Amino acid sequence: QSWPVYEEVYNKMLELAAFLDLPRFPDITESCFLHPDMLCMKYLMEANLPDELHNWTCRVVKKISVGEADFLTLVPGNKSTRKVKYDVLAAAVIVVVLKLLFLLDDHYEWLLSDFAEERNKNNKEGGPYFEFKKWYKVIKCSLDVEQNKLDEERAKYLWRCEKPLFYSADKKSKVLKRRQMVVNLQNQFGKLSGSVQPAEKPNPSSFQLSWSEENTDGSCFHGHSLKGILQEKCGLLTAMNPDYWLCTVKLCTEKLCGHLAHYREVDFPESYHFVLRLFSFLLRIQPSYIHDEVCVIEHKLFNKKLCKKPKYNTGLRK
Amino acid sequence: SSSEHKLNFKKSKEACLSYIQDAMLQKQWKRAAEFLTFYIESLEKDFSREYVNPSEMIWRIGSEILCHHSHSSMKEFNSFTEQMKTLGVKRYLKVCLEHAFHLLCNGQIDEAYQNLSMAESWRFGEQTAIQDKEMKLVQAYRGLLDYYSWSKQKNILLEHGLDGFEDLSVEQEMHSCFRKAAVNLKEIIKVPGVWDFFVKCYVDLLEFYGDHNEARQVLNEYAYNSKFPANPNAHVYLYQFLKRHGESKKSLISALKILHDIVPSHELMIDFNTMLQKSKKRKKRRLGLEVIFAALDYAGWKENVKAWSCLARQVKQIVISDKHLDWIKQEWNSRKDWWPAFHFSRYLAKRNWQENKSLSYEKALVAGILLGKDCKYFKYVSHQGCKAQVKRFRILKKFVNKHNLVYVRISG
Repeated sequence: QSWPVYEEVYNKMLELAAFLDLPRFPDITESCFLHPDMLCMKYLMEANLPDELHNWTCRVVKKISVGEADFLTLVPGNKSTRKVKYDVLAAAVIVVVLKLLFLLDDHYEWLLSDFAEERNKNNKEGGPYFEFKKWYKVIKCSLDVEQNKLDEERAKYLWRCEKPLFYSADKKSKVLKRRQMVVNLQNQFGKLSGSVQPAEKPNPSSFQLSWSEENTDGSCFHGHSLKGILQEKCGLLTAMNPDYWLCTVKLCTEKLCGHLAHYREVDFPESYHFVLRLFSFLLRIQPSYIHDEVCVIEHKLFNKKLCKKPKYNTGLRK
Repeated sequence: SSSEHKLNFKKSKEACLSYIQDAMLQKQWKRAAEFLTFYIESLEKDFSREYVNPSEMIWRIGSEILCHHSHSSMKEFNSFTEQMKTLGVKRYLKVCLEHAFHLLCNGQIDEAYQNLSMAESWRFGEQTAIQDKEMKLVQAYRGLLDYYSWSKQKNILLEHGLDGFEDLSVEQEMHSCFRKAAVNLKEIIKVPGVWDFFVKCYVDLLEFYGDHNEARQVLNEYAYNSKFPANPNAHVYLYQFLKRHGESKKSLISALKILHDIVPSHELMIDFNTMLQKSKKRKKRRLGLEVIFAALDYAGWKENVKAWSCLARQVKQIVISDKHLDWIKQEWNSRKDWWPAFHFSRYLAKRNWQENKSLSYEKALVAGILLGKDCKYFKYVSHQGCKAQVKRFRILKKFVNKHNLVYVRISG
């Protein structure tokens, strides 16, 4: 009587694949839907972030070599390859990119947003510059609304099966009587529930949040430009943000505690929580899974720096 | 730790319940009903270890919603309650009682009576013994309804009596109601508790049939049995009974003394003081003064002319006799710091004069004696009264002037 957790289902899937002795799955290439580049695009759209961020996610994916077919493709029973959670990976890549560009230390991203707002005033040509503040307001609103809806749905969830179960013959009449009473009561109070909304046809798309550029209220950020927060250096656009903070300096051993990292809310900035919360909602998993994945990516990304000198805040120049 | 976040049946229903509670607190009955429909399937799960199980929740929540929802009717309520009765045998009598109360609140007295009678005849193994208290209540309330029928028939008979009719059948029914009522009412008031209304009805029955001894015993028990919670009304009923039957002043006073101890601000304190003032015993008169001062400590008595006139009368009498000024001194000692602002401010002087001349007269007398002729209250009122040429105020002024030094002596 409970919804199985993502991790449970995932592990069962691996076990089942191994048990069935399935061969290597078809390769996952850049044109596949499960490839990080594709999934990043999808989630960037859903999270209402500028399309331009896609360049950055692709760069990160390439740099840490998670776009390779050998890395991504599932080979059942092969214990040495790391099992890939495609959506979690994509979401984590986006989080890392946001950290790269905006730092997300509860301070810098807001300064940067004000800076972009200033530049926007003089921005006559092309699309508007992306402002983190505006995006945050829009997303927070929508997220809260959707979260409330989800919470209500969960409270309304009906668990019983169509036919009542009973374990012995003499309980049968009792159980059936009880079932009859439940149905009666539901009808009685159902009538008092007010106008019953017609059952909405479930949306065929897998997008939970959708944003359209046709909206004139400016709530869609897809077309916004990142120029407002980038600077030119040697003919290339680079991030203005020179800093980065690692989620964790050292990864845990998975075998010991089952996790690679530990996510405790008190340890991290609010903006980071918010971003994790957003993707946690979209993916319907606990934020800690995404956090784990972010740690792993960061360690791959800054591998050289970490091996050289163990420091908390490593500067990054791209 | 992943299991903590799992959405399971228990959490889902807890969440559902909190939505119901929120909706009810905000009087959103439709929304509450909607969420209740999703909660109802909890009945099919085993919650024997929980503190409050779903069937009780559903009964209470459902009743509340059906009470307040605009589309609900008594018929719906009745059918719902009948289902609830079958739901939990441990709660059967409780549900019956609540059902009866609800019917009574909606004026359906006969239906309530039927319900209670049916409940009375219910038997269910050891549950009958366990729910003994509820059963007593069921019988007590049925007894109350019997009393109500008796009362109606008594009134019919009295009317017919005046018209010269004699109606044997009504009389017989009346007596049978009396017997049924008396048995049940007697039983319930044996149990320690607060049974004001039941006691009143029972005593009414006994008095009608002339059984004064039994009535007195019942009232004494109710007032003085230490097992019963302290209840000022018990003493009031006893006092009223004794008064009705012309008992001695001594017994009346002893009944009211306890009332004064429990509720010094009770409205009967005026009667009490009046009795005590007239007494020949010094102790009683002293007590009288204490009683009236104590009553006037309470804001509810501030504008009560009768109370002030009692105090004024007694104070005047003491001053004239020049004996026992120390009584006033003792009473005034703990009050001299706050009574002036509480009762004798200039604002109150103006207001009392405008609204109630008699009140201002009595208060002015007390103020003049306690605080002297130069106090704000007395000055204002006597000035206004003399200006208006009202005779008694001139007399008052003379009186206070004559005894002006009293206040010095009592303020010590």
